[in-house]
Amino acid sequence: MKSVLPVLTVIGAILMFWLAAVVPMNMHLVADQAQRDGLSVTPVTPIERQDVSGVGLALRNAHLIPLTYNFVRPRLPAPQQVAGEMYATVFEKKITSKRSLVYHGWVTLAPTLLGFFIGTGLGILLAVGIVYSRVMDASVMPWAIVSQTIPILALAPMVIVVLGSMGIQGLFPKSLIAAYLSFFPVVVGMVKGLRSPDAMQLDLLRTYHASGAQGFWALRLPASVPYLFASLKIGISASLIGTIVAELPTGAKAGFGARMLVGDQYGQPLVSWAALFAAALTAAALVGLFSMMERVTLRRMGMRTA
Amino acid sequence: MSVVIQAQNLDLTFQTNDGPIHALKDVNLEINQGDFVSFIGPSGCGKTTFLRVMADLEQPTGGIVTVNGVSPEEARKARAYGYVFQAAGLYPWRTIGGNIRLPLEIMGISKAEQADRVRRVLELVDLAGFERKFPWQLSGGMQQRASIARALSFDADILLMDEPFGALDEIVRDHLNEQLLKLWARTEKTIAFVTHSIPEAVYLSTKIVVMSPRPGRITDVIESPLPKERPLDIRETPEFLEIAHRVREGLRAGHLDE
Repeated sequence: MKSVLPVLTVIGAILMFWLAAVVPMNMHLVADQAQRDGLSVTPVTPIERQDVSGVGLALRNAHLIPLTYNFVRPRLPAPQQVAGEMYATVFEKKITSKRSLVYHGWVTLAPTLLGFFIGTGLGILLAVGIVYSRVMDASVMPWAIVSQTIPILALAPMVIVVLGSMGIQGLFPKSLIAAYLSFFPVVVGMVKGLRSPDAMQLDLLRTYHASGAQGFWALRLPASVPYLFASLKIGISASLIGTIVAELPTGAKAGFGARMLVGDQYGQPLVSWAALFAAALTAAALVGLFSMMERVTLRRMGMRTA
Repeated sequence: MSVVIQAQNLDLTFQTNDGPIHALKDVNLEINQGDFVSFIGPSGCGKTTFLRVMADLEQPTGGIVTVNGVSPEEARKARAYGYVFQAAGLYPWRTIGGNIRLPLEIMGISKAEQADRVRRVLELVDLAGFERKFPWQLSGGMQQRASIARALSFDADILLMDEPFGALDEIVRDHLNEQLLKLWARTEKTIAFVTHSIPEAVYLSTKIVVMSPRPGRITDVIESPLPKERPLDIRETPEFLEIAHRVREGLRAGHLDE
């Protein structure tokens, strides 16, 4: 494994940057607290300290630096604090507990997957329509593109609120946002994939007097599979982001989005950060899963993977 | 001998953004059953277009073409010909056997018959044992042989070949030419073969059609006196060189017209 060293180097560099940033980011808060606890701090008044940069304050109060890595309500938590919070909320809580990240993860994951399946199915159907119908190509494709220019942060609350006023809550509205974000990469990828057979291959089928349906199942659909997987990997992470965004604006009580908001509002940054990292890890796991399915499928189909 | 393909006063003009292009002008030709006819000429002379007209892949703007006595469209729908393109164009997700089965599946031939035919044509092109390989596991020459097997699999009487060996190197090409002649002798098919190589055209053909460009037209039709049995070294005999010379003259004459 030649790639281990570079990968570890990048992770190490990110960690170093993070560790270095913790000190100046938290220094002012730590200094204030230390003063209240009776420790000596220079400069003496908080007003004076505000004129000094985080780095400057750290240099003048080197004895306070260790405290920045263990502050209760840090502006930027240290890596081991986030890891500790994640460990505590993933492994030490029952998964049915409202404080368990696994519980919140499932609340987010379920609509993500549902929305992803809806979006993917819709995307494939739209792509087939666009490829086979000039009218759909001209009428649907522009709207698909326009749909992606609307900021999801503006759209999500409207959809959630409107559906909520109609009595539709919970899983479905979030799935809708997830589907909205995931259908587009699938449409674009599948249109490209279904159109990927060249003129010669289409001529060949013509010489066999093959029907349109035969051409679709024998040529266009299998030819689109590599494109589909590229789209699915983008689509699944877009779905997750869509679900989290849908959880933010409406006072949702559970899910990664709710945890991020709760941590922010109640001064528990560790809760926000743990949810953030859990969401990132979930996205990575989902994309990894699809990469694996892609490799297995393409190998089964006899195609070499790049 | 019965006429298989006939063209009368064939005309084809493509409308392009740069104005009309006269791809074929007043083309008259008869291809008899069992003929091996080569079409040779510089690029733009309409040789491929002519082949595509026979296959109903292009529509002529004037004149009449018949294939097996009917229009190219009817002939295509009756699956009267197999077409071999310049590139093998095998589906990467199908094995060699699967690629050869493709036309058979489309034509609704039974599974047992499919297996039988795949085995038979693979032997014809000397690829027995490669049925389960995927295209990327084969060399370019082998892939092109597989594509010929695919065109042979549904047993059409006519084989239309558009520069099938154009992308292959000289040594592989020699070998495939020799094999193609044997295959032609065994199957007694009528073959129309587009090429830009003079030795290839002379070596393979019973009839050589020399064409020239702007507008695409036939400048010479040479009936080859060479025997049907042709070892590779026939290419050094005086008869061979004489025909090659005549083809070259025909090509040069076409160019002088410009």
